[in-house]
Order: sequence, then C-alpha cells, then structure tokens
Amino acid sequence: MTRYLLTRLLLSLVTFWVIVTLVFFMVRAAPGGPFDGDRRLPPEVEANLLAAYHLDRPLSRQYVDYLGMLARGDLGPSFKQKDFSVGELIRAGLPVSLGVGITALLISLALGVGLGTRAGLNPGSSVDVLVMGIANLGLALPSIVLAPLAVLCFAVWLDWLPAGGTGSLAHFVLPPLTLALPFVAAIARLTRGSVAEVLLEPHIVTARAKGLSRSRIVFRHVLPNALLPVISFLGPAAAALLTGSVVIEQVFELPGIGRYFVQAALNRDYTLVMGVVVVYAGFILTFNLLVDLCYARLDPRIRLTG
Amino acid sequence: MGRILTTAFMGSLTARLASAWICLVLAGALTGVVLSGWDPELIDWDALESPPSASHWFGTDLVGRDLFSRTMLGAQVSLSVAAVATCVSVLIGVPFGAFSGLRGGRTDQLMMRLVDALYAVPFILIVILLMVVFGRQPRLFYLALGAVYWLDIARIVRGQTLSIRERGYIQAARTLGAGRLGILFRHVVPNVAGPALVYTTLTIPAVILAESFVSFLGLGIQEPETSWGVLIADGTRTMESAPWTLFFPALFLGLTVWCFNMLGDRLRDQYDLETRGYAAILDGDTPEPQTERRA
Repeated sequence: MTRYLLTRLLLSLVTFWVIVTLVFFMVRAAPGGPFDGDRRLPPEVEANLLAAYHLDRPLSRQYVDYLGMLARGDLGPSFKQKDFSVGELIRAGLPVSLGVGITALLISLALGVGLGTRAGLNPGSSVDVLVMGIANLGLALPSIVLAPLAVLCFAVWLDWLPAGGTGSLAHFVLPPLTLALPFVAAIARLTRGSVAEVLLEPHIVTARAKGLSRSRIVFRHVLPNALLPVISFLGPAAAALLTGSVVIEQVFELPGIGRYFVQAALNRDYTLVMGVVVVYAGFILTFNLLVDLCYARLDPRIRLTG
Repeated sequence: MGRILTTAFMGSLTARLASAWICLVLAGALTGVVLSGWDPELIDWDALESPPSASHWFGTDLVGRDLFSRTMLGAQVSLSVAAVATCVSVLIGVPFGAFSGLRGGRTDQLMMRLVDALYAVPFILIVILLMVVFGRQPRLFYLALGAVYWLDIARIVRGQTLSIRERGYIQAARTLGAGRLGILFRHVVPNVAGPALVYTTLTIPAVILAESFVSFLGLGIQEPETSWGVLIADGTRTMESAPWTLFFPALFLGLTVWCFNMLGDRLRDQYDLETRGYAAILDGDTPEPQTERRA
C-alpha cells in the first residue's frame, strides 16, 4: 500500500510540475506584454517596468525563479491590479470558493449515496423510478442553464432567497445546491447501479442466510463494496465541480477565485490567471491523492498487496 | 454496425424522439435563419424585448433581434464547433491509443500514465488559458477544445488494440514485413474504428457543453457571432424582464446535450451487447431489453 501511495504521490507531483511548466511557457509565448496599454509607454519606462518585474531576464532564468517563488508559496504580483499580489487576491477569494465547493461536495455525497442506495435496494420500485428520473434530469441540466434558472425561480419569481452577492447565510443556500445537483444525480446513478449489483453477490446471500439484520447487511456488507466506484468518481468530479463553481460564482456574484479567474482572463491579467490555474491544479491533485488514499483503504486488493 | 446503429437510435420511443430532436436541430441550424425571415443581426425597432408572437416565434432580445434566428445561428455555431472539435479529438486520440496499444511494454505504460495524469487536469481552465494567451480566435478555440477531449477515445482505442494485436491478420502483416506505421494505419485503425465511433458520440455532447461554458463566460465565441452559450449569457442578463431570452437557448442546449448523451449511452450499450454479450453491460447502466421487443 505504501508503494502504491508513493507512486501516486510522485505521479501527482510530476503532473503538477507539468501543469506549472505548461502554464508558464504558454503565458510567456503570448503575443504582447502585460504593459501594452492603449497608450505606448516611453521605452525607458517600459524597460524599467520590465526590470522591476524581472521580465528582462532570460526565459530559463525566469522559469527557475518562478519555480523557486512557487516553492515559497509566492505567486508573484498581479499585473493589472497593481497594489495586490496574486497570493493576496487568491487568499481573499479562497474562503468563499472553498466554502461553496465543500458544502456542495458534502451535499452531493450525502444525497447521492442516500438516494442511490434506496433506489438500488429496491430496483424497479416507485422510489427507484423517481430517483432515477430526477437523476437524469439533474445530469441533463448544465450549470450554465441550471444556475440562471434557479435565480429566476427562487430569487426573482418566488422571492425566497437573494439573487446574488454575500452578506447573510441565505446568500449561501442556492449556490452550493445548484452546484451540487449534477453531482447528486451522477452519484445517485452510480450508487444505484453498484448497490443493485453487489446485492446479487454470494457474500450478501450468505449474510442473509446467516440471518443478519437488513441494516447490518447494508452498512457492513453492501455499502463498503458498492461505494468503490463512487469514490473513484470523486477524482474527476472534483475537477468538474471546480469548473461548475466558476459559473456559479459568476451567476451568483460571489467574490471567489472563480470570478477572479474569469475577470483576469477577460482583461488578460496573465499572472493572476496563471496563479489561479496553479492553485486549482494543486487542489485537484491533492484531492485526487486523498481519493486514492480512501480507495486504498477500502479496497483489499490494494490494501494487502501493492 | 448498421444494425447496432438502427437499434440504438430507433429502438425505443425515447430514442426515436431524441433522434428526431437532433435532426430537427440540424435542420434548424441549416435553414432556420431563412425560415423565420428575420436576419439574426437585424434590429426590429417595433418589437424591442417582445415576447414570443406570430412574427417573432421565440420573441426578441433586449435590442430587438429575432431570438429564433439567433438560436438557430447559435445551433449552427455550437454544432459546427462540436463537429470540428470532435474530429480533432479523434485525430489525436485514435493514433495515440492505437500506437500505445500496439507498442505495448514500457512505451504503453508511459503513454497511459500520461493519459491518467491528464485526467486530473482541469482542462476547461487550460482552454480558457489558451483563449487568454492567444486571443479569442474562433479557429484556435475549435482546435483547443478538440485537443482537450481526446483522452476517453485514446483509452478505448488502446484497449481495443490490445485485444486485437495478437490476432492472425496482424501477425501475418508483421511476418510479411509490413512497417509499424503500415500495420497501425492499415490494420489496427480500421479494426478499432467501431468502438472509436461509439465514443465519439459521447464526445459530441461534452464538446457542445464545453463550448457553451467558455462562451457563457465571455471567453469563447464573440459578438457578432453567437452560440448557445453566448445566448444563455445574454438571457441571464435580461431574464427578469424577458425570461424567454433565457428559456429558449437553455432549452435547446439542455435538450440537445441530453439527447446526444442518451443516444451515445444506448449506442455504447448496444455495441457492448452485440460484441461482448450481456455480461458486459451489467457492470454499466441497466440496459433496456430492446432486442426482445423487436420481433
């Protein structure tokens, strides 16, 4: 198991390095510099600016510098918001983004596994049909459709919740819910399928024959096996959740890093865009590692060999 | 393959409805602008932000442009982006997967590890980064989307290649002295085309979604061009006074993606059923028992 985890750790470090390198050279290859404005700067001023940001050094040196800065947790200055460093901007937005993201993840796990198990234990029942119907609907609605519709319904027409912004707890009801819905659907479908499948296996029949209680069978024998596909789904789900959160933050006007990302992308603030991608990648890779860890704990084939 | 396609696309009522919807959207994309008689750029000063009516079937937007024409124009763009990007993903994914599977050994391990690593990358962010760095050129946008969605196809093709690479005809070609590239393109690629095609159907909705997502954020397709993503973004801005500006593009995007996904799933199940038997689909979604009903 240690070996398995070490390989994974190494792999994610390599992936992280590849992403950083890719992003770094992509940004440097961009036509035009960060200080090309409407007005051409006098050459001396431009030279000074470039020197101030160390952009006059050779590319290889800049690359090494950037890696060094990253290792110290410094993402460099923002080129467009002059008074802020990228790190400060991201730190300001992170609590909002993480709050919404983690809440959404918890909602989708709780609801998805709960509903999926119920449906999978009674395949063909009316609960099953209802849950799968909702799941299909949830999967069909992309975040860019779902989020505006949710605002229209619950904020504009029904006037139950605020349409956007921050301030009270009520502002944080719709965003995690709309973000979570597609994942509730996907997890419910996955859980349903694997629960229904595990139920047919001999060890469940044995457990039944021994006269174990229904809840004990479900929690001790069905779910640990049935949840493996759900856990491996969480890796790619984290990436998708993040993509969704960019839209959610945009629609609900939440000051998270997703919005910084879009704004920075729109006004070509290279360092900020780069910083956000690096932070996002770091999060996703860490999350994937955690998922692997859980998987390794739960799957005896990895726990015992590997 | 023909029978598989027929069963997957026509086998049940929902499948027929979904196929019909996609044909309708395709037809609309090709003829819709002519059909409604309104130029998608034209401003109708007598009907600014007007609800659906006999002359403007889907109503008009904030500045009085016909929403039906614009939705159809959006369909044109969204579908052609999907077509181009899907082709690009096939062009990358099929050779990559076939090569990896054919070589086997360490090269294969390395190439598949690369694919695994790339799965963890938030790709949409890379697409956005590309758009930022190289400016918002539509042609680049198409390519970038395709370059991002080849992983699934590569994986499937590699698996198929592994299963056929010890077959007699490959061995025979090798014995007769066919070059590695010759074997790859003359013998492997044609024989893995089936499953590749099946997964292509599932790439199309993914690419449509990705395009609308990036355009929604204002980073993809730009005015005066339009796409469903752009229209939904516009609709979001005006939904309080004119909900139809959000409703119609959202309906088209949601329904089209759903239909593609559903047909793709059916096609995959049907393909697995015909090639590997019932056992193969039991580990996936529950199949509808369509084959029995045909008689």
